Amino acid sequence: MTVFEVVIGIEVHAQLKTNTKLFCGCSTQFGDRPNTNVCPVCLGMPGALPVLNRRAVEYAIMAGLALDCDVRHTSVFSRKNYFYPDLPKGYQISQYDQPICLGGHLDIRVDGVKKRIGITRIHMEEDAGKLIHQGSDTIAGATHSHVDLNRACTPLIEIVSEPDIRTAQEARLYVEALRQRLVYLGICDGNMDEGSLRADINVSLRPVGTEPFGTRTETKNVNSFRSIERAIHSEIARQTQLLTAGERIVQQTRQYDEATQTTRVLRDKEESHDYRYFPEPDLYPLVLTTQWIDTIRAMLPELPEAKARRYRDAGLSEFEIDVVLTEPETSQYLDQCIAAGAVPKDAAKWVVGDLNSVLKETKQSFKESKITPAGLVQLLGLIQSGKLSGKMAKEVLEKCVQTGQLPDAVVAASGATQISDTGELVAVVDRILDANLDVVEKVKSGKTNSADFLMGQVMKETQGRAKPDLVRRLILECIARR
Amino acid sequence: MTTWRSSAVELGKAFRNRSVKVADVVAGLWAHHDQVEPQVKSYLTTFQSESLAQAQALDIQFDRGDALSLLAGIPIAIKDNIHVSGVPTTCASQILKGFIPSFNATVTDRLQAQQVIVTGKTNLDEFAMGSSTENSSFHTSLNPWDTSRVPGGSSGGSAAAVAAGQVVVSLGSDTGGSIRQPAAFCGVVGMKPTYGRVSRYGLVAFASSLDQIGPFSRTVEDAALVLEAISGVDTHDATSSPRRSESYYSNLKPTVAGLKIGVPKELFGSEIEPGVKAQVVAALDLLKANGATWEEIAMPSLKEAVTTYYIIAPAEASANLSRFDGVRYGYRDSEADNLRDMFRRSRGGGFGPEVKRRIIIGTYVLSSGYYDAYYTKAQKLRSLIVRDFAQAFEKYDVIMTPTTPSVAFKLGEHESNPLAMYLADIATIPVNMAGLPAISVPCGLDQGLPVGLQIIGPAFGDQQILNVAAGFQELSQFPTRFQSPVMRSAQ
Repeated sequence: MTVFEVVIGIEVHAQLKTNTKLFCGCSTQFGDRPNTNVCPVCLGMPGALPVLNRRAVEYAIMAGLALDCDVRHTSVFSRKNYFYPDLPKGYQISQYDQPICLGGHLDIRVDGVKKRIGITRIHMEEDAGKLIHQGSDTIAGATHSHVDLNRACTPLIEIVSEPDIRTAQEARLYVEALRQRLVYLGICDGNMDEGSLRADINVSLRPVGTEPFGTRTETKNVNSFRSIERAIHSEIARQTQLLTAGERIVQQTRQYDEATQTTRVLRDKEESHDYRYFPEPDLYPLVLTTQWIDTIRAMLPELPEAKARRYRDAGLSEFEIDVVLTEPETSQYLDQCIAAGAVPKDAAKWVVGDLNSVLKETKQSFKESKITPAGLVQLLGLIQSGKLSGKMAKEVLEKCVQTGQLPDAVVAASGATQISDTGELVAVVDRILDANLDVVEKVKSGKTNSADFLMGQVMKETQGRAKPDLVRRLILECIARR
Repeated sequence: MTTWRSSAVELGKAFRNRSVKVADVVAGLWAHHDQVEPQVKSYLTTFQSESLAQAQALDIQFDRGDALSLLAGIPIAIKDNIHVSGVPTTCASQILKGFIPSFNATVTDRLQAQQVIVTGKTNLDEFAMGSSTENSSFHTSLNPWDTSRVPGGSSGGSAAAVAAGQVVVSLGSDTGGSIRQPAAFCGVVGMKPTYGRVSRYGLVAFASSLDQIGPFSRTVEDAALVLEAISGVDTHDATSSPRRSESYYSNLKPTVAGLKIGVPKELFGSEIEPGVKAQVVAALDLLKANGATWEEIAMPSLKEAVTTYYIIAPAEASANLSRFDGVRYGYRDSEADNLRDMFRRSRGGGFGPEVKRRIIIGTYVLSSGYYDAYYTKAQKLRSLIVRDFAQAFEKYDVIMTPTTPSVAFKLGEHESNPLAMYLADIATIPVNMAGLPAISVPCGLDQGLPVGLQIIGPAFGDQQILNVAAGFQELSQFPTRFQSPVMRSAQ
């Protein structure tokens, strides 16, 4: 039986996080009332003209630089012509034969091994609007359909990978890494639920050891990491079955159905459009000066790979690094703690652990966390100086997150610092020993476990404020002295 | 006496010294209009009562001695493919049925800021595609010199209105000659500014890389005055030039002596009717007698301009007109029972035959497999035309041609032969291909019908061609010599 090699290439559409649309001043806010963020330009009114959003160009340049692309000094917008009710002008303004970026790459780690995925190109384009069908999921069966043009003309970049991906896992890792990078650049919110990031996946099979690519299918608009893996698994299985049965793969555009976890055909190649691309006469070619590109290069934020390296050097575990890097604001929080004097490893332990879970419970993000990085550093200081036990610190943390008070203030208000004053504790210990002479005897006869009982009594007496290791030491010392 | 017959410059002075009231001029204008409109049919919509009310309000301001612009109170008509917010823009098409723009064109904004009086929207060939207004889906406008003839097009209504004295000045749009050709046919001044000099925002696009808005007037001064008001960079049009706009009217300086004129022989041979050529030669000789020189030059690429144009313009138009799909505005066929059918039937029912012809041509030349043979090749030819002009301007100050190969033709003359109609723009099309400024001024009569002289300048030489046109006006006195019978006959 022929064994097949899987060849995958991915086109990712990422919505750029600009405040306004690509060719007009309308807001890009998601979820507003339909057709409220619109104007003559994005409605495709006769007589309206596109004017390019400078910020969107900056963001596209940033993406190109962060993916090691060649940012082109001249790129050209074209018109991609087709009719659809969500496309107000009857054409989409996109880049075609002269995109803004060419030839970059992104490294992923597959089971700990680095793999480089080539980037063919990045081009800029406007998004279409949205159709809401009544009485059916598709336009075909609908009694009527509504058109919402809030999304029309929002800026997108399309990032096209080389066919370097071989497994569903690699595909997922690639899109995850790409998403992380764009989010770190601050140019895309990466929100796949809202469609800010969507992937078109090209899959083909070829007998292992052969060179030519097999016929591919393209699965459109897959919008979660899990769906990416499932769609690919399903498509590999389908193609393998067909090829094994001696049948041919038909070049198709397919759609992933989450309910059945399979892909189904959207249209055959024969039905594919002739988009009649030609240069957009309403916009002159986009010319970027070296100076502008260099200015943007200098402003690029630290990217995840560099951050990971820094954290690794500071002794963080791979798990901690993963958690911290998931969202840029988490690593930003950690970096602010470090900048405020925290030991990276200590701060990371709290950021990844208790703070992370307390914030989740209270539905706060790291950005809106009521305990600031300075607050957390203060808390770490209280632990360091022995004023708080770990357990007490967690309680203080919870209070801080609820009230927004600083740890110092919380501690001062409750008076609940750890008792680490030996004199004060010796008196309590003596009192407990006097009241439990039988236990003292047991300890003396070698049953040191019985000291735990005494310890519990001391903690009870001090309402848990005594520093545990100190108590244990004092108990043993006092008994020895008797 | 200053009346509706006067130029904008004269009216502006009279309004200021209060020798005439704006309201009287506007009332006189409408009285004349009511007499001649049935013969000429220039307009698609008029704003009679609004314009009278506006005129009265302006008189109060003039009486108070308010500092008003030179265009304040000047009646101006606007081609019906340029938006005036709140009133229908039809493009003389059925597909825009019921469409009312919610925004002003930038030119409308700028003119209204100067308190002009917009008298109405003028007739045109559907979507500015044509040379006679016969492609208007409403009616054909008629030439005020001979109402059995066309006024030219596509801005035929704007040209006829100025020639008939229905309005003082007007706006048109010019993609391949749509201002200059009707100006020549109707015996008035018509100017296409340099591409990018005037914002296209609010002009319903025909061919975006060629379209440009410009003025019609009876004098060169008036053209300069209107151009001064409408030109300049616009943040809504990325192709508008950031170059500082000039004070075309105040800087106007009639220029003839020492002028070096080139006349492309490709537009001065058998393709031009002898009667037309004779008038143009006479005009050139008049200039020569006053210190200019002219000679014929070779510009071989001009021969290919019409062919090139009929690839590029339809290609752009085919995309520009895609937005008329029945979804958001305009005509929608109500019989369709699915989406594709709705698109097809709405567009099939809404567009007229010439527009459909050009959409089909444009779609064809952009199709995969044909793109390189047509569109790419046309772009190469276009750059040759640009180069030929650039070389000519190294040697000559201006280039002159007959604006049209013939005088106004009869209604229906080219009905069965669109190609013959296309040749009416043989001398004007190359100018759009190169993005240059050009002005047509009346230079004589052939068979009792006006002949236009086209003066072409280098890019952003708008002031220069206005100066030359003003020089020719001084010598020929065309504004008083060439008045249409419809205007002359009025009491």
